[in-house]
Amino acid sequence: MTSHDGQAASIIFDTVGKSFAKPGGGTVSAISDVSLTVEAGTITGIIGRSGAGKSTMLRMVNGLERPTSGKVLVGDQDVGTARGAKLRAIRRDVGMIFQHFNLLSSRTVSENIALPLEIAGIGGAEIKTRVADLVDRVGLTAQADRYPSELSGGQKQRVGIARALATEPKILLSDEATSALDPETTQTVLSLLKDINRDLGLTILLITHEMAVVRDIASHVAVIEGGQIVEAGTTYDVFTAPQHPTTRSFLSGVTGVTLPAFIKDKIIAERPTSGGEEVVRVTFSGKHATDPMLALLTRDLGIEVNILAGAVEEIGTQPFGNLLVSLDATKGDEARAYLERHGLLTEVLGYVG
Amino acid sequence: MSANLINLLIEATGQTLYMVAISTLLGTLFGLPLGVFLAISQRGELLSSPWVNKVLGLVVNATRSVPFIILVVAIIPFTRAIAGTSIGTTAAIVPLTIAAVPFIARLVENAIREVDGGLIEAARAMGATPFQIIRKVLIPEALPAITLGLTLAVVSLIGYSAMVGAVGGEGLGDLGIRYGYQRFMPDVMAVVVVILIVLVQLVQSIGEWIAARVDKRAPKGRGQ
Repeated sequence: MTSHDGQAASIIFDTVGKSFAKPGGGTVSAISDVSLTVEAGTITGIIGRSGAGKSTMLRMVNGLERPTSGKVLVGDQDVGTARGAKLRAIRRDVGMIFQHFNLLSSRTVSENIALPLEIAGIGGAEIKTRVADLVDRVGLTAQADRYPSELSGGQKQRVGIARALATEPKILLSDEATSALDPETTQTVLSLLKDINRDLGLTILLITHEMAVVRDIASHVAVIEGGQIVEAGTTYDVFTAPQHPTTRSFLSGVTGVTLPAFIKDKIIAERPTSGGEEVVRVTFSGKHATDPMLALLTRDLGIEVNILAGAVEEIGTQPFGNLLVSLDATKGDEARAYLERHGLLTEVLGYVG
Repeated sequence: MSANLINLLIEATGQTLYMVAISTLLGTLFGLPLGVFLAISQRGELLSSPWVNKVLGLVVNATRSVPFIILVVAIIPFTRAIAGTSIGTTAAIVPLTIAAVPFIARLVENAIREVDGGLIEAARAMGATPFQIIRKVLIPEALPAITLGLTLAVVSLIGYSAMVGAVGGEGLGDLGIRYGYQRFMPDVMAVVVVILIVLVQLVQSIGEWIAARVDKRAPKGRGQ
């Protein structure tokens, strides 16, 4: 792979809104007042449910959609106002991969990868060497002359990635690139994206509805809900201290830390007047992630703790743990104060009478 | 059957092939770009221009509504202006082409519209111009369907070519009418029909063979 110059570019969404005309008159707003800075060279994930507006955001970066208000900047270029040749030049700096790969069935692997180079008007000899490099980078040398119909889903996405990298872009957009793949293939595609980010230093902006994808490769994450960014930050911070309910519900899916059904059915928001158990989420992060805090709690304060669910995992290289526990409701305040004093995060989920 | 008749049959077959080949060629020359334009000028498509699309669509429909035999007679002045004469095999190519253009255009339009919108989006994301999208994405991806469409068009033109005897177009149809029907020579009629059947079979088989060759998609039923 030839080296890039100019390398990564940042992406800035500045109070961006997008509304569409409804067939019956009036407008419907896809996203509104979205501001987000994607730092150059990062892997940033935008997570949201379908219809939340994440796809609209992504497609604004290469001008497939235009904002109706605000600005989208790629590097120092305003994408929203670019037209014609200027827009096409920006697009060559922004590669894109798709959930359904979007490969030409009439072209072989090599020919598919060559397409953006042909479009950019690059000469045949150079296309040949560049395509050979790219085929090699994504590990498809043996399949170079096969047609997409002869490839597996993972191989197709590798072709998609090679094709997106062909014009040596500064940014790579990923539109649910692993959503159509099985878990194992997803991992290989994600690690390929990680390698590319590391080796080429380009910015990767991905949208997904799977928190696992964010956890596995993104350094930053933004959560979108109803066309607005409800939470954004480093992946570690968002995972260890989620602020918004939407973020928490996405997280409960990926950490596997959810209340068992027999508790969930009985849980109430108010503390019972007497007795009862308090259900608490305890998050261990950073250097405390592996401390035996619950054992210490019992030893120091004599408070006994029931573990309902829990897991310890890694984000990047940092471990963090997530436990759901229940304890005597009357001693809840004391216990949480103790845990927080020792650098853990706690959150009361409710009470069981 | 006399040697003379056999010569007539060979000659008529040649005339039919000539008329069909040239009108298919010209029909494709005009019909292909027209079909592509009809497909991509629809609302929300690559070169969205709904009004132009509507007007062109009307013209295409109007041409296709006219029964071929009436078209042949109705455009005689036009045929004379183009071909210098309104009689004969070469003159017959004019109405055949006029009939072929809108027919091929609609077939091409349908083929292009079947191309996955995701491919167009991918090409746009690469910075392709509309012309590049047509040449490098739409036509190659639609080629199997276009090939089958053209096969259908050739078969139809073989049928139409039998009617241009009305303006002295000659060919197999004309021979069948003049000898088989007007001179009560059922054997000639039978031979003409058999030759036409063989021609259509051949065209269909060749068309399907080419379509299969250019089709690199997964076989139907196995999924993508």
